Amino acid sequence: MSTTAGRGALVSGGSTTAVGAAGLVLGLSSIFGGGVHLRIGWLLPLVGVRFDVDPLGGLLIALTGAVAVVVGVYAVGYARHEHWSVLTLVLLPTFVAAMILVPAAGTVTTFLLCWELMAAASLALVLADHRRAAVRSAGIVYAVMTQLGFVAILVALVVLSAAGGADDFATLATRGGAVASGTRTAVFLLTVIGFGSKAGLLPLHAWLPRAHPEAPSPVSALMSASMVTMGIYGIIRIDLQILGPGPTWWGLTLMAVGAMSAVFGVLQASVATDLKRLLAYSTTENMGLVTVALGAAALLSASGAPTIAAIAITAALVHLVGHAAFKALGFLAAGSVLASSGLRDLDRLGGLVRSMPVTTAMFGISALGASGLPLGAGFVGEWLLLQSLIHAPTQGDPMVALAMPLAVGAVALTTGVGIATMVKAFGVGFLARPRSTQAADAHEMSRGMAVGMGLAAASAAVLAVAPGVLGPVVQRVLAVLPAVGGDTAGPHLGAMLRLPGIPGSMSPGVIAVALVLAVIVAVGLGRWGRSRRPAPADVPLWACGADELSPRMQYTATSYAEPLQRVFDDVLRPDTDIEVSHFAESRYLIAKVTYRNRVEDPIERGLYAPVVRAVGAVAERVRRAHNGSVHLYLAYGALGLLVVLLVVR
Amino acid sequence: MNALAAAGAVVQVAGVLVGAPFVVGGMRQVRARLEGRSGGGIGQPWRDLRKQLRKQQLRPDGTTVVFRVAPAVAAGSALLIAAIIPLVTLGSPLDSSADLFGVVGLLFLGTVALTLAGLDTGTAFGGMGSSREITIAALVEPTILLAVFALSLPGHSANLAAIVSATLADPAQVLTLGSVLAFVALVIVIVAETGRLPVDNPSTHLELTMIHEAMILEYSGPRLALVEWASGMRLTVLLALLANLFLPWGIAGADPSVLGVLIGTVAVAAKVVVLAVVLAVAEVFIAKLRLFRVPELLAGSFLLALLAVTASSFLASAR
Repeated sequence: MSTTAGRGALVSGGSTTAVGAAGLVLGLSSIFGGGVHLRIGWLLPLVGVRFDVDPLGGLLIALTGAVAVVVGVYAVGYARHEHWSVLTLVLLPTFVAAMILVPAAGTVTTFLLCWELMAAASLALVLADHRRAAVRSAGIVYAVMTQLGFVAILVALVVLSAAGGADDFATLATRGGAVASGTRTAVFLLTVIGFGSKAGLLPLHAWLPRAHPEAPSPVSALMSASMVTMGIYGIIRIDLQILGPGPTWWGLTLMAVGAMSAVFGVLQASVATDLKRLLAYSTTENMGLVTVALGAAALLSASGAPTIAAIAITAALVHLVGHAAFKALGFLAAGSVLASSGLRDLDRLGGLVRSMPVTTAMFGISALGASGLPLGAGFVGEWLLLQSLIHAPTQGDPMVALAMPLAVGAVALTTGVGIATMVKAFGVGFLARPRSTQAADAHEMSRGMAVGMGLAAASAAVLAVAPGVLGPVVQRVLAVLPAVGGDTAGPHLGAMLRLPGIPGSMSPGVIAVALVLAVIVAVGLGRWGRSRRPAPADVPLWACGADELSPRMQYTATSYAEPLQRVFDDVLRPDTDIEVSHFAESRYLIAKVTYRNRVEDPIERGLYAPVVRAVGAVAERVRRAHNGSVHLYLAYGALGLLVVLLVVR
Repeated sequence: MNALAAAGAVVQVAGVLVGAPFVVGGMRQVRARLEGRSGGGIGQPWRDLRKQLRKQQLRPDGTTVVFRVAPAVAAGSALLIAAIIPLVTLGSPLDSSADLFGVVGLLFLGTVALTLAGLDTGTAFGGMGSSREITIAALVEPTILLAVFALSLPGHSANLAAIVSATLADPAQVLTLGSVLAFVALVIVIVAETGRLPVDNPSTHLELTMIHEAMILEYSGPRLALVEWASGMRLTVLLALLANLFLPWGIAGADPSVLGVLIGTVAVAAKVVVLAVVLAVAEVFIAKLRLFRVPELLAGSFLLALLAVTASSFLASAR
């Protein structure tokens, strides 16, 4: 049994890595070589299947490929440990292949086909552990939302291709400007809804914090690092490249949706106690930031500042890549913790730094990236985004002059709370002392999983210190996006990041080296007078003069985030109960205090619950019409036929 | 950039390193005199540092490498900021490598290191101080970034030398509405970030009201010395930065002479002394805020910064 399981895991992980490597090669070759074109006429009746890879699609393909290589290596150990079923083993490489095909699609029909393949494969993977009720419920939410999103995308793309009179994206791009403005608006709104739900943007994010935690961790990594970026790809491809440049309100809409997603996502993440749910909300946050950048690019190019728009679009692309690196790493590290201890609950974790040092270091690198601090993989993207926002020309358009400060405020609040969130996730989950026996018994997982995480960590580190490696890639992607300033010089991504025409620069590499030197100097200062010191000694922790400290006295994730929860009470709307029971003898003696704190998603409660109730009520009404009698159904059929005949006549 | 500019940067680092304990000591002395005590003298923090550096290194049970490295990261980031920002000269070789966003990021890197160390001890006080400190940091960051935005509008750059040069070239802009609002917002932020009254009381002995001091409760001896030194350097660096962003006169140019470096050093030292005395005097008349009133103060400064940005950006669009 174990050998066949091991072989299955090896085949599945190996083929995932192979598909990923092929995608990486395909993506890079289409960025730097010419485009890749492939036409398979027989595969789909009437229209056939057509793949055209341009640099923008190439970037997404290479990104997905790179994530898949890492996840494949990791999945060998993970699948063996978790005894994946054959179906799950087969679906993992299939899902990766589907994701690689989405940005490769050259026509609307091919795109829709691949999109649906990706959605179906990911849904089946989310349901891998379908014996647990939480997984099934997450699966239903995910299935409904992803299909509703697909309907929006389907309608939008069909309308677009009918209005443009072509099926392939290349022709549509040349005719996009000629489409009637009402149709353009409809397509824009529908695609923002459809692709936004895939990218986890507000208010259609609700599937993300449910499906990501319940999916197996390698799948969570793939979904969070690659699949959600397909939503962003859709927005860039349809709204910015084919339909763009749009009116000013398009950019403002994208910025507003992005800013709200970023702030809401990070606030929910800051109070989340489930490690994977925290990472999922952080995905909403980061996709929100990317959408702010896309909106800024659209707004700036509409108001006549293509150079700054190019900075914004570069920020979006760089942040997508950085996010993929640190978020894949984060989910893989969380997966190791889950596989080893069976825990996702931060309130019961802790002390992993001693039992799982490698995983702890990996999660630390990921958390540094997610917090947007210097030396982290998320820093460069956020820096470029802020630069594009503060350098927007304010002359003339009062909307720009108003939107930019608000956007900077939203981005700044996001990064501030994001730092607190990641300190909580890393500090409470991995440092201090174990808060449960499962956490105390955790141990490092297989070497393959460590290698997978190491690859992701290495790429996150390279992106953090030397973002110049993305320079040539971004330059070629910009060239196919003339609608958002892609035909201007664009920011220079090298050892020194320079902005076009603006005195502003930054060098993450130099900062890293200088910081290392400065820390060495500081260590040297701390050694001053060392010769006169007595030998170091181990001492117990200060317990205020009481007995031994127990691990239960530590701060937990809930208590750590309590001040933030109080500050943002109005947005988070926590549900807190304190019950105090007294001794019968005296009201002044307290027998027991029960404290219960639950933070639910207020959007889910306020927006989704009424809709679900309404749908349920309607279904209840409709149910009366079909009572199970075959005769009645035959009568319905006859009646329907009659109506059809009457109408057609 | 030339050798003297690089020397100027070295002078900045050395000055902050040596001067920080004196700034802390001076502020304590001012406070002591105003409260009718004789005080320990300006050099007392230096004597404390020397004493602590000779003490035995104690390792609290169960602490890890995070706890050991955090003081060095906090001190290192403060030193690096001192090397980047224009204190003595505009020509620091690192100026083009990090703009104001980078400097703010480095500042928070130091904060994050110490908050993680507080959690690493696994005690209630460590977690409490860490939680409070990071909450304040999370609320401070938006204000700082907005103030950066307001400051970078006139010079069209977030690089510090460019901002300071723009102020030198057009002194009148210091008195514009946006600039004044940004100044007030930054003062509140610096007070919060360096743990001064009314946000935190640096000389408190009550654990339950502590923020910064609770977080570093387990540190002793040489590591405590480094932590205290680092927080002194942060205070000094931020005061000097505030001074030079709004009153840059006296600072040496990008291509300084020996005399320029000397004048720059004296000028920045004088400005820091004045600001520190003003801050210390103000602190005597202020009581510490309740912890959950602090967010109100920070929200106020956030609003000021937002007003500053919108004011500058609308005035620019009207111009």
